[in-house]
Amino acid sequence: MNQRPEQKRPAVNSVWEYANPRRFIATSDRLMPWIWGGAIACLVIGLIWGFFFTPDDYRQGSTVKIIYLHVPSALMAINAWFMMLVTSLIWIIRRHHVSALAARAAAPVGLVMTLIALLTGAIWGQPMWGTWWAWDPRLTSFLILFLFYLGYIALWSAIENDDTAADLTSILCLVGSVFAILSRYAVNFWNQGLHQGASLSLDKEENVADVFYHPLLFSIAGFVLLFLGLVLLRTQTEIRARRMRALLARERLQ
Amino acid sequence: MIALLIRDLKLALRAGGGFGLALAFFLIVVTLVPFGVGPDPELLSKIAPGILWLGALLACLLSLDRIFALDWEDGSLDLLATSPLPLEGVAAIKSFGHWLTTGLPLILAAPLFGVLMNLPATGFIPLILSLTLGTPALSVIGTFGAALTVGLKRGGLLLSLLVLPLYVPTLIFGAQVAQRGAEGLSITSPLLMLAGITCGTIALLPFAAAAVLKANLR
Repeated sequence: MNQRPEQKRPAVNSVWEYANPRRFIATSDRLMPWIWGGAIACLVIGLIWGFFFTPDDYRQGSTVKIIYLHVPSALMAINAWFMMLVTSLIWIIRRHHVSALAARAAAPVGLVMTLIALLTGAIWGQPMWGTWWAWDPRLTSFLILFLFYLGYIALWSAIENDDTAADLTSILCLVGSVFAILSRYAVNFWNQGLHQGASLSLDKEENVADVFYHPLLFSIAGFVLLFLGLVLLRTQTEIRARRMRALLARERLQ
Repeated sequence: MIALLIRDLKLALRAGGGFGLALAFFLIVVTLVPFGVGPDPELLSKIAPGILWLGALLACLLSLDRIFALDWEDGSLDLLATSPLPLEGVAAIKSFGHWLTTGLPLILAAPLFGVLMNLPATGFIPLILSLTLGTPALSVIGTFGAALTVGLKRGGLLLSLLVLPLYVPTLIFGAQVAQRGAEGLSITSPLLMLAGITCGTIALLPFAAAAVLKANLR
């Protein structure tokens, strides 16, 4: 199993760059089929149930069914940034390389989730609000979140040194989180909204009706698992790419 | 610290092109807007506060990459990092210098440009007040952005992409103060929020900028 003898490895790299990513890859390899299977099952159940076996809303007609894509993707767009915040903190505090790579891997997924939420919202808004876009607080803050993702990804790709890039993007993520929350409330102050209240909340008053709620739970679970699977896969790819670069560099030295 | 501030100010004044450039840019923005939207005085006076704030923000953005880039190139940033002065102090002084050379002239010139934009008479004091409170935040946030991109060869565009989303809250509250002032409404709550943002950024962001500089200089 352990091909290279322990003492030959460079000291700095031993713990965090090789041993732990290896364990990470082994564990995630075992988890991956379950996560992907679960994601596909939940998405298929949630979407088919949602699209074909729920009644049309009496006011919104069949457009209501876009909720099965819109709400989960919006939820994951925010949670992806939150996950990046946590992994960035772990990188800053513990210097755990997998953590920085996971943050890097999550960013494009979060970007796409934000885009899906914005696009499905626009498609729904056109027949319902009569406009593709309104400068509503929720819509605007999602657009700002989109810009934050863009900046974060651009910074990652602009810096050559991996560790410096991880440091800079982690701090950007921390500062960006504070400003994203600030923007959310600033935008609220700036314009009153068109967007309805939360579709999901713990007090039942505000919730959507049960007919729509149960398939929605499935599709949310599907999106969570899909996000997990994508992030794990991308993190593995990052680890392998980095290991390959390290091996190539070592070969050149010999 | 004072020596560093004086050095920065001297450099900005004598190097030429840096000091007046932001002001000239502000003037050009204000000149171009009527070409874009038409010379209707009522429309202009309606959008004046927003345009003036946006112009000030963009003018501020223009000179950000000078904050650290020149020091990085000639190596004086390394000297500053090894000097007894803490890096947080360096970042704070740098942003103060940037504000003195960019923010302050913008505030002083704003009333003049307000006349060009047909700003209502009630709007002048709120405009100056909001710029006075808001531009320090712009400088401090910009210093953080400049510190992030200091090591990059073509950091200019990336700098704008990183910094502009961070400017959103400041812009919203600043423009709200100016807008409400021009319409004769109460400006207390956006003014307080703006002041809060400025105080918070001045207190916290130099630390983030210093951390980023350390990572870049390593």
